[in-house]
This record gives sequence, C-alpha cells and structure tokens, in this order.
Amino acid sequence: MKTARFTCLAALAVTVFAAENNSFLLRNATVHPVSGAAIENASVLVVDGRIAGVGPKIAPKGKIKVIEGRGLHVYPGMIDSGSPIGLAEIASVRETVDAGEIGDFNPQLRALIAVNPSSEHIPVVRANGITSVLVTPGSTGGGRGAAAGSLIAGQASLVHLDGWTWEEMEIRRAAAMQLAWPVIRMPRGRGAGIEALLPGLAARRATFAEARRSQQQQVQKIQDFFDAARRYQTAKAAGESIQPDLRYEAMIPVLEGKLPLMITAVREREIREALAFAARERLKIVLAGVRRPGKTLEEIAKRNIPVVLGTTFVTPLEEDDPYDEPFTLPAHLHKAGVKFAFASFGVQFARNLPYQAAQAVPFGLPYDEALKSVTLNPAQIWGIDAEYGSIEKGKFADLIVTDGDPLEIRTQVKMMFIKGVPVDLESRHTRLYKRYSARP
Amino acid sequence: MRTIIPAAVLTVSALLAADVTVIRNGTIHTVTKGTFKGSIVILDGKIADVGEKVMTPAGARIVDAAGKHIIPGIIDAHTHIALDSINESSVSVSSMVDVTEMLNPESISIYQALAGGVTVCNSMHGSANSIGGRNVVFKLRWGADARGLVFDKAMPSIKMALGENPKRQGSPQGLQIPGLASPQNLRYPGTRMGVEDVIRGAFTRARAYQREWKDYETRKARGEKLLPPRRDLELEPLVEVLEGKRLIHAHCYRADEILMLIRVFDDFNIRGVTFEHALEGYKVAREIAARGHAASTFSDWWSYKVEAYDAIPYNAAIMHRNGVLVSLNSDDAGGAELMRRLNTEAAKVIKYGGLSEDEALAMITINPAKQLRIDRWVGSIETGKDADLVIYDKHPLSIYSKVEKVFIDGRQYFDRDEDMSRRPKIESEKEGLRKKVLEQQKQAAPQNRRPS
Repeated sequence: MKTARFTCLAALAVTVFAAENNSFLLRNATVHPVSGAAIENASVLVVDGRIAGVGPKIAPKGKIKVIEGRGLHVYPGMIDSGSPIGLAEIASVRETVDAGEIGDFNPQLRALIAVNPSSEHIPVVRANGITSVLVTPGSTGGGRGAAAGSLIAGQASLVHLDGWTWEEMEIRRAAAMQLAWPVIRMPRGRGAGIEALLPGLAARRATFAEARRSQQQQVQKIQDFFDAARRYQTAKAAGESIQPDLRYEAMIPVLEGKLPLMITAVREREIREALAFAARERLKIVLAGVRRPGKTLEEIAKRNIPVVLGTTFVTPLEEDDPYDEPFTLPAHLHKAGVKFAFASFGVQFARNLPYQAAQAVPFGLPYDEALKSVTLNPAQIWGIDAEYGSIEKGKFADLIVTDGDPLEIRTQVKMMFIKGVPVDLESRHTRLYKRYSARP
Repeated sequence: MRTIIPAAVLTVSALLAADVTVIRNGTIHTVTKGTFKGSIVILDGKIADVGEKVMTPAGARIVDAAGKHIIPGIIDAHTHIALDSINESSVSVSSMVDVTEMLNPESISIYQALAGGVTVCNSMHGSANSIGGRNVVFKLRWGADARGLVFDKAMPSIKMALGENPKRQGSPQGLQIPGLASPQNLRYPGTRMGVEDVIRGAFTRARAYQREWKDYETRKARGEKLLPPRRDLELEPLVEVLEGKRLIHAHCYRADEILMLIRVFDDFNIRGVTFEHALEGYKVAREIAARGHAASTFSDWWSYKVEAYDAIPYNAAIMHRNGVLVSLNSDDAGGAELMRRLNTEAAKVIKYGGLSEDEALAMITINPAKQLRIDRWVGSIETGKDADLVIYDKHPLSIYSKVEKVFIDGRQYFDRDEDMSRRPKIESEKEGLRKKVLEQQKQAAPQNRRPS
C-alpha cells in the first residue's frame, strides 16, 4: 500500500517536472552551431524542446532553468547514418539478432517496430554524443546477421537514442529503403576456405564468368521486382481492382522518388550499375558503403547523390593499395564535391562514430567537414535538416555539452539533451565500473 | 639515469661505422623516464643517448623532429598477423605445434602495422583449444625473411584458451562445417568444467613426465645403464612452463574462468602468466595481481558474444589500479586494422577511467614488453635499449596524429614521404600489369574453347 502510494506520487512529480523539463538557458559556453562559426561565451536558449535563441547576449526569460556552461562546448547531437542498433544485442547469438530477414525482397519491413528500447547498446552509444541513428533492417556489414543475402532489406528508420517505447524514439518511420547491389563473389585470398575442406564443394569453385552471370541474374531480379511494383503502382493509380500487396505498396514512395533508396555499392562496377539503374528508374538514391568509386566519382558529384561511408577503421580493400586508402577516401569525396555522412554499420563500435570521421582529418579531410559528416550532412541526407543537425533557432534542441572537441577520443560528453530534455549518460558500462571499483 | 657516452667514443664509432643517427628537438615520450623536448642519439641500432641536450657526433645522420613527438615502438602482445595458419584445432592440447613455422614475411599486414607505429608483435596460435600451440615474437623488419623477423631474445611462450572458443568443438551447435556436426565428431571439452580438466590433466601428465626424466638423469649419473624415457613433444613445452622457461598467454573472458585458471596455476606453482582479453578481469583484478599475473585486453570491445556482454571499457583502468600489469592488444588476424591505431586505443584508457598519458602509453609499449619479457631491450626510450622509435606529427594519443617515421634497431623501416613518393610508380606498374593480363586473355581466348 505504502509503496503504491509512493509510486503514484513519484509519477505525478515526474509529469509536472517533465512539462518544464525541456526548457532551459545554457550559458557562458562555446557554441559550435556547425551551420556557422563557433561563438565564444554564448548561450543557447531552449523553450519547449526547441532552440529559441543562440548568441552571446541572451537573457533568461522569467523562471527558466539556467545551466552553467563555463569551460564547456555545445555541439549538435551526432547522427549515425546506419546501424542495426536496437535490432541486434549480442552478435553471435542468433536469438538476439533481428537484422537481416530471410528472402530477397522485403520492402514492407520496418526497422522501427523491432527496435528494443531497452537494448543495453542504446545508453552506451549515446554516452559518446550520438543522439540519433538510422536503424537499418539489413545486415550491412555489421555483426553476423541472419541473412546477408537480402536485396531489399526493408525500411530504415531514424530514431532518437532515448524513449520508453519505439514510438517515443521515432523521428522518421521510413527514412530510406535499403537495397544491397549484387556483387560478383569470387573466392579470395590464399589458404583454404571452408569449401576446400569439403571435397564436393572444392570442385564447384565458380569461375569469374559464372560468378558474373549469377550477379547479373540477381540484378535482373531487382529489375523484375521494380517492374512488377511499377505495374502495381500503375494499376492502382488507374483505379483497377487489384489484390493489395504490402511489398508493392511499400515500393510506391520509392518509385515516386519520395523515399530515398539507400543502395549499398562498394566498388566501381556495382556503383556504375546502381547509378545507371537509378537514372533509368528515376529514383532518389543514396549510395552506401562506397569504398572504390573510381571514375564514377564525377558522376556521383554531378548528380548530387549523397554517400554514406562506412567505418574508416578497416584495412585497404586490396593488398597492393596504399596503406592509408581507407583514411584518404573521405577527403577524395570531399574534393570531388560529394556530400557524405558516416555510418558505423554495426552495434559494437557504434559509439566510435566520431573517431571514424576524425580519422580522415590527418589524411586530408578538413575538420569542419568531418564534424558536418556526423551532424548536418546526415540531417540533410535524410531530410530532417529543418529540425535537426545544427544549432539554429527553431530546430529541436538535440545537444551535447562536452569538455572539448567531440571527435577527439579524450573528450568527455558531460550533458546531453534530446528535444531539450536532459538524457541520462549512465550505461551498463558505467554501472559495472562503479560496482566493481567499489569491490570491498 | 642518463649515461654519458664520451664524445670521443661516439666520434670514433661514427667514423668507423658511419651508423649514427640523431633525432633532434622532438617531444620525447620516454614512457619510463618522463616527457621532455630533446634529442636521441642512435648508435649501431641502440639508443646511445637521450636527453634535453646530447652531443651530436660528426657525420651523424640528422633527423629533424622539431614540433614532432617521439615514442618507443609500439608492441602488440597479442596478434595473429603474418601467419599462414593459426589454429591446430583437431586436438584439445596442441602444444606440439609452433606458429613460427607459419610466419609469412611477405604479409602486407606487417607493413600496415609498421606504418601504424608497431615495431614488435607477438603472433600467436589461435584459441580453438584449451592448450594451443607455441607463439612467435617478431620485429616488423619489413623486407627481412622469416628468420630475420624473429626477435630471438623474447622468451618462448605457449597459447592457452578458456571459455566459448575451446568449448565450441565440444558442442553440436558450435561445429562450423555443416554435415560434420554429428556427435562422433565432437571434441572434448564442451564445458568450462572440461576446459579445467584438460588443462589440469595436461600439467599433471607434464609433471609426471618431468619426474620420469629427472629419475632417468639421476640414475644415469649413478652409473646405471638404462634406456631414456620416450620423448613426448606434447609435454615438453609444458615441462618448460613448469620450469619457468616458457610463458603462458591464456585467452579468457569471464571472471570465474580466470579465477579457475589462477587456482590451477597455484597448484602447479606457475606465476607470471598473461591473461589475454580478460574482459571480466576487472571483477577479479585483485586475484590476478596477487599472484603477479598480467592482463592484455581490448580498449572497448564488447557484446560480440555472451562472454563479452559484461565487458566494459574501464577494464584496463580498474585492473591497473589494482596492481595488474596491463597491456592493450589488437588480436588482429588477416590485416593489421586495430594494430595500426593502438596509439589511439591507448587514449581510451584516459577517457574511460582517467589514467595518465604515461600510463596510457605504457599499455602499448613497456607493459607488453614486460609481459613478453623483452623489456630489457625494448618498450621505452632509454639509453642502451634497441632504437625502436616512432615519430608522429602530433601528440600520439590524439586521433589527429599520424606516423611519419618508424625505426627498428636504428634502421628506418617506414617513412611516410617515401611511401607517398613511391605511389605513382607502383600505380603505373600495376596499370601495366593489368593491361598485360587483359591482352593475354584476349590472345588466349580462342584456344580456351575446349569441346565440352
């Protein structure tokens, strides 16, 4: 009884508090709006979750909460442009992984509805300054998903890394449709692969021509699926009586060029095919996982196609590539005038997103571009820049307060706000740290 | 502290061998003796002098390091790079095999790691079995043959493994090859209890074998005529462990299994073991430290398997504060990915746990050197040690730094400028080869049509 009454009181207190919990004045800090130059000794005024003012001379309005920011820096919260966070907990345990459905074409799947808001990864990742993530339904290189083979994996959703339910986490239910462009798969490298251990399979090693043919069959499958979806769209628009099909329904915004198709294409050959396909089908696309654009770079730039880069923490694609090939790629894209954002494409190391971007700076990427690639650029690419991605009047207050440059490893994130509400920076890791530091 | 080498000696040597290099005016992170602006004199591959002011011998090669940072060569105590095979997983105890025979000096991972400031690494047998094979410590002397890479002063060692990996072949779900997952193909052990038994059993047999040989030697010395015991190549390396001549690097995750192994080692009087990964080492840091054992861990890996779900990035800091000798490793196999950025991995122990810069750098230099028992020669910038040095353009713990030059035994093995200037030539050579292959394919095409 006593406990129940106490709970009621506590709940009431939270509600009352929450109503004013998204308004404050953060003052005397260095503000890095990203959309413009840093402002020293500045304040950020947040009213009802939105930024109401930024600048050196902002006086607190009435009884608003004041947060002292002396010696601290304010940045927009960072955005990870691709991770199965919330869909995958322990990479090696199938039961905890919900990324990568079975089947070639699953455009009807929505990542959002399977996001586990109590995933231990969420507090771990946000503690490093990441406020939002594009949750991808496919297994794009991160962890060991169920089926790496899906062509269309489903709808990627933009979420905030905070919320009691996935509905509360939602920013955009459908932010992109995820497609993996088929690759020519050849056995690579020296040594015995698993197929060599099994005598029956060893003889079945595909020749290049066979691998190429199989890849072209996959490409044709994509074309056929789009054609079928297009016929469905036409029939529906003409008011014909058709059996509703959730897969084709989900394709309509893609065919209309409203929902971006996020195409994973690593090498020049796949990128060229994907570009030609998108032009033919008049699609709005974003290229993902690009590593070797080669001569397509010019076209990517000319057609203003944004790119999502995976982690820079990889070894060169080929043995005889320059040792710094993964580190210099972002600078090449920048020089070519391509807009890009970074994705962790994983869960375990998603918190290292800022370092992924920073790693390109000593290898030619201007610092400001590195910062943009995890803030304003992803907001623009995913079409949420009217409300997110920089510290500007009118935008939501997704903010981080740090003791320095958030792309530098040693920097600590001191505070985080999502839509102006303070977010807990404790996690499974800090809890275990405290518990075992205090072992008697 | 600083040994003053008479200028005369230096000059004479310089004239004779002309093998003197002076790295001048850099910020020197000695790791063991502080950080200061100064210079390093390298003579015949060794650090002859280091200090704020040194004497520059005539004829010395000068490397201007003004505005640069110098650290001792990075040591990775746990990798599997440059090995043509890693696991002999058909048996639970594979101490009879040695990865040294598998060392591939042409592996590009050596160069990649070198370009990331690594000068020494311990390339190990895998974790498929409770007691694995023997390991190899080598210097990243890119261009040398396999024998020339090996750092022969390092103490021999053997790999061991606990938990999920050695259990895998004892579980039907764990077998990787479809069709072979039948019970008769299972390999003992399949539980952590069984892992303990395999290890305890092996050392019990090793002790008996050791006694057999001692008896034989005693009786032979007494003049008895008798046959020697049959040699056992599986047990010999374990006898070396019992005699303190061979180190153990034991792969482990959970606190319970770490404690289990400490107790097994107690029973066999084995000290100074390095627990590899030890992601839950922070839970039993005190027990690890009490027996003088060490730990080589990751900065921030977690959640990739169940036994890594309680892993925290504060692990290194907690263990260090409890007196455990801690190093950070890459565990790289195929390519040198993490290996080439161990400097920024070290920065994470400052972020997570608040250690100092020197403590962070120690975890990738002097601490792994101690774990491999090579700290008399490498791991810090001190007079008399091998001139294994890395020059960075910025503070090495910053993500914005990059390696400019790497020296091993005083010889420059990596230079970023040289690497860059070589690139156009390599690219045109590659292009030429590509064209040649395409032409050959065109010419060969008609002959390839065989009747089917």
